[in-house]
Amino acid sequence: MLGKQAFFRHSVFPQAGGMRSARQNVIRRRGTGLASLWRYFLAGLGLAALLVGVLAAVYLTAPHSAQPVGPDVSRTKKTDNGLYVASFVPEHGVVRQGELESWLLTLKTKTGASVERAAITISGGMPQHNHGLPTSPQATDYLGEGRYRIEGVKFTMSGWWQLRFAISSGAGSDTVLFNVVL
Amino acid sequence: MRRFFCFFALTVAAILAGCGKPDFSDAEKKMIASLALNTLPALKPDTTNRFADVPAAAALGSTLFFDVGMSRDGTVSCSTCHKIDRQFQDDLPQAVGVGRTNRRTMPLAGVARDPWFFWDGRRDSLWAQALTPLENPLEQAGNRTAYAHYMRIRFGERYERIFGPLPDLSGIPPNASPLGSDAERTAWNAMSGAQRDAVNRVYANIGKAIAAFERSIEPSPTRFDRFALDLATGAEPKGDATFSQEEILGLKLFIGKANCVTCHNGPRFSDNGFHNTGVPPVAGLPADRGRVDAVAQVEADPFNCFGAYRDGDASACGELRFMVKDAAELVRAYKTPSLRGAATRPPYMHAGQFSSLDEVVAHYAKAAGSVEGTSEIHPLELSDRERAALVAFLKTLSE
Ligand SMILES: [Cu+2]
Repeated sequence: MLGKQAFFRHSVFPQAGGMRSARQNVIRRRGTGLASLWRYFLAGLGLAALLVGVLAAVYLTAPHSAQPVGPDVSRTKKTDNGLYVASFVPEHGVVRQGELESWLLTLKTKTGASVERAAITISGGMPQHNHGLPTSPQATDYLGEGRYRIEGVKFTMSGWWQLRFAISSGAGSDTVLFNVVL
Repeated sequence: MRRFFCFFALTVAAILAGCGKPDFSDAEKKMIASLALNTLPALKPDTTNRFADVPAAAALGSTLFFDVGMSRDGTVSCSTCHKIDRQFQDDLPQAVGVGRTNRRTMPLAGVARDPWFFWDGRRDSLWAQALTPLENPLEQAGNRTAYAHYMRIRFGERYERIFGPLPDLSGIPPNASPLGSDAERTAWNAMSGAQRDAVNRVYANIGKAIAAFERSIEPSPTRFDRFALDLATGAEPKGDATFSQEEILGLKLFIGKANCVTCHNGPRFSDNGFHNTGVPPVAGLPADRGRVDAVAQVEADPFNCFGAYRDGDASACGELRFMVKDAAELVRAYKTPSLRGAATRPPYMHAGQFSSLDEVVAHYAKAAGSVEGTSEIHPLELSDRERAALVAFLKTLSE
């Protein structure tokens, strides 16, 4: 139903005017024999309609607008003051909306050494919705080689989420923000 | 001639454009598919209730659910408010048990999938939820030892076949509870720790049986689901799976400009979260601050996931363990209800504040501020036609 409407709105009206004048040209040039006029007319109509149809199909299947540039969703980042390199990935690879999941935060120093015994606190939310996280994720386990298990991560909506980590260890305190877009 | 041309061009274009099927972008199609009931995963086991999928427990739970003997005055059962022929709700702005409560009865389809229970999430499992109205003086108004005695006298044999031997209740007072009247609390405190624990265990099993029954209450496919399935498979919608132009507009608004799908997402049309949406309080009811006051209640509940009556291990307690406890946005935040079947069960909101879907849509369009805390919603420009279309779409979730 709406397909036809959209077709009307965007394609038929501008095209139809052009075709009407084409038809008038045909009538002016070849004023002899009704049958022959009909043949040309129908052929012209068919081609024009086909063109319109193809345009409509292209319009309907093409992306309607360019996607706006989203936030930086890189999984590895330098922390805000450059003390650490942090990476944040889902522990089991996939992110499922509405499920409590665990992620891994890996912390290295600038020189690539694993950061051990870091104190980590997590906050965040959805900047476009003005709400925080639906859960309070926590660093629950140190897995060695600078890897920390972050449990209780849950994304309840699609859209742009932010997770902010405050990290503190012998190397100093720093923060890092990761964007997750669902 | 012009009419002929229009018809011809339209026919060709219609063939190329897919025979007049609704025009949805790929993103819209993906969103619509994510709402369809066929994407609802199988119900997960509840490891905190080892009787959750035991048929005899569900059968006993069903008996208890409909048994008015499960109340102080013998007139109120779970089914008094959760009416089986009314989507397990009661059509009232506030539930009426032994007394009038301050909250709207919630329907039960798919309830076993909730992480939190009640409008404010003050319980964290279906079985712990089922225990709460039993002792609420405004609902079933009973007391813990009376329920234990009642189970022995009325259902002793059935109970023991499922849960094992009942404890010796001979020395246990007939009416005692940590939550009851002064006399009941005094009697409860006079019991030994072992007696209290024995009674709590019987009581928890009552909840576990009722929860086992409630797990069978699931949403059924609607016109929307048939429409969504045809859209996903590319089949030509037939019969009532065809949507009117108004319903299509409503669906597009729901997943687009009106932002409903932000919270009402997934096949249950709920994010299972709590939100302040500026729903006004009801004059004459006690102060109600929603989720912010429920946090302490669920933490204090002896039947919560960390408590002694949970089966299985604590790995099932993630929601409680990682619960948000102190955010300002918990003030007057209430659970996002499912919209399945909503059109045929007014009134709406946690205390029945709105009597029609038109009022609900008008509230979300206006987005008035909250009396306390901050509303998460923002005003919407919706024409009368668009409001009506949203309501028309919501009705497809009830047909
Ligand atoms: Cu959000």
